[in-house]
Amino acid sequence: MQALYAQLLVGLINGSFYALLSLGLAVIFGMLNIINFAHGALYMMGAFVAYFLLNNDYLSIGYWPALIIAPIVVGIFGMILERTMLQWLTGLDHLYGLLLTFGMALIIQGVFQNYFGSSGLPYAIPDQLKGGMNLGFMFLPIYRGWVVVFSLVVCLATWFLIEKTQLGAYLRAATENPTLVRAFGINVPRMITLTYGLGVGLAALAGVLSAPINQVRPLMGADLIIVVFAVVVIGGMGSIMGSIITGFALGVIEGLTKYFYPEASNTVVFVLMVLVLLVKPTGLTGRAA
Amino acid sequence: MTALTDDTLPVTARAMRDEMIVFVFMALALAAVPFTGIYPFFVMQALCFALLACAFNLLIGYGGLLSFGHAMFLGTAGYCSAHALKVWALPPELGILAGVAAAFVLSIVTGYISIRRQGIYFSMITLALSQLLYFIYLQAPFTHGEDGIQGIPQGHLFGIFDLSKPTVLYYVVLVGFLAGFLLIYRIINSPFGEVLKSIRENEQRAISLGYRTDQYKLLAFILSGTLAGFAGSLKVFVAQNASLTDVHWSMSGEVVLMTLVGGLGTIFGPVAGAFVIIAMQQYLASYGQWVTVIQGAIFVICVLTFRRGVVGEIAHYFRRSL
Repeated sequence: MQALYAQLLVGLINGSFYALLSLGLAVIFGMLNIINFAHGALYMMGAFVAYFLLNNDYLSIGYWPALIIAPIVVGIFGMILERTMLQWLTGLDHLYGLLLTFGMALIIQGVFQNYFGSSGLPYAIPDQLKGGMNLGFMFLPIYRGWVVVFSLVVCLATWFLIEKTQLGAYLRAATENPTLVRAFGINVPRMITLTYGLGVGLAALAGVLSAPINQVRPLMGADLIIVVFAVVVIGGMGSIMGSIITGFALGVIEGLTKYFYPEASNTVVFVLMVLVLLVKPTGLTGRAA
Repeated sequence: MTALTDDTLPVTARAMRDEMIVFVFMALALAAVPFTGIYPFFVMQALCFALLACAFNLLIGYGGLLSFGHAMFLGTAGYCSAHALKVWALPPELGILAGVAAAFVLSIVTGYISIRRQGIYFSMITLALSQLLYFIYLQAPFTHGEDGIQGIPQGHLFGIFDLSKPTVLYYVVLVGFLAGFLLIYRIINSPFGEVLKSIRENEQRAISLGYRTDQYKLLAFILSGTLAGFAGSLKVFVAQNASLTDVHWSMSGEVVLMTLVGGLGTIFGPVAGAFVIIAMQQYLASYGQWVTVIQGAIFVICVLTFRRGVVGEIAHYFRRSL
């Protein structure tokens, strides 16, 4: 049973990353009509920023500040990308956004691979979160529990921001009809830039969270983003809460598969995608796109 | 989907004549390669990728469907041909047939699943499906995992043509490429191709005119996947191995890049693009990962400033469709 709980926890952690990444993809898609292929690369950048902050002799900034600084740095980088490149795609076919961001992902990943090779760099767990707790039925490493809880909080905060606040209302309105929202005097292009920054910042945050667990590697986001695409296809991008729930649920299912049938653990999400497409082609949240 | 098609002139007799002239020049130039001293292996490799890119272009350029998983057909056909040639010791013609048949079956299954969603979702689904196959091939015993299938015998095609001779192999690959290219050209200019273009332009209207667009899209997907498989089978004879790189998502990305550089929705664009990208990889091989960076940069530049591609720009300048 111990092993089952351990795999469930791993599943929940992966689910946290799926949720944070698919949430960012959904927010960006809503405003920019772009599937951000660079999401995985920016997730990786988040982890690398945390690594630089810690290992730079002058800075040696630890995990806690990195949790805030890395998403901001990567978010700003993302906003620069949006201002200099993505904004020129307005009005073009969606697929050009996919191609452009794919190119950006290749550039970012290639540059990091040149300087750091393909092997993983270690990132230590912060002192406060070291060790574990005995829950009676299983041993819980504190850091892993922290990742799950913190991701959940961030996801729910994002949901609250978009669904329940004034700013979120503007955002949702601009998603529905940008021209009309502009007519009300709201600066929609700036909002689009900020949205991209927010989505990308969520990816970077996931990167920082995963750095102590998965090590820091230039290609850490490359394969992950494809799984997240499958998650997005299953859940649909119409609903924020849908993305969060689908992300966590698929992580758990993947964890269970690791316990019961490990050979299928890296394919199970894709198989589920196929099944969902066969039964309900519009995805679980039901909105066609 | 209009962005792709601003420059596609209606197919007139004059356009067909132009295209035939270019085709004859291309065929003659390629046929002359063994006499020029150019390294035939390079050209053969480029021809396989050119055919793959043409098959991919059939789907995106004429059906408006961006597949981000075309490596799965290349790799599947490659593995099946390689297995048939090496383990079952079949002659080359049956080896190719085995690979193409495998790609055919795979394209029926994956096409049936992926055309259920449109646009950007279609791309994500094809990418996810090819990643699924990648993991299956990583674990399946017959692919030999990371090692791949190596040392594949080339044999005698139809018992006559000795494929271990580079010149013979070159002409066999060339004939295969030209046959595939002409088939795609024929498909594009058939009534089926016209319906396909109308679906790309406005699917709702095509449906309202009574066309079962899903069936057209599925058939286009099957044709494209099977031809991509043919390219994969030919490639086995050139490279004499079949490995995981052929199924990896980066290979799918390269096919997209070749077609984008040459010109989406142009007839000769994918061929030009394949030669450009393969040549670039050849010359920059010593720069390691910078090749990836350069490829990414080409993607970005093409999308931002050069969406017609090389052939598309030329065609636009001369006001012709090529």
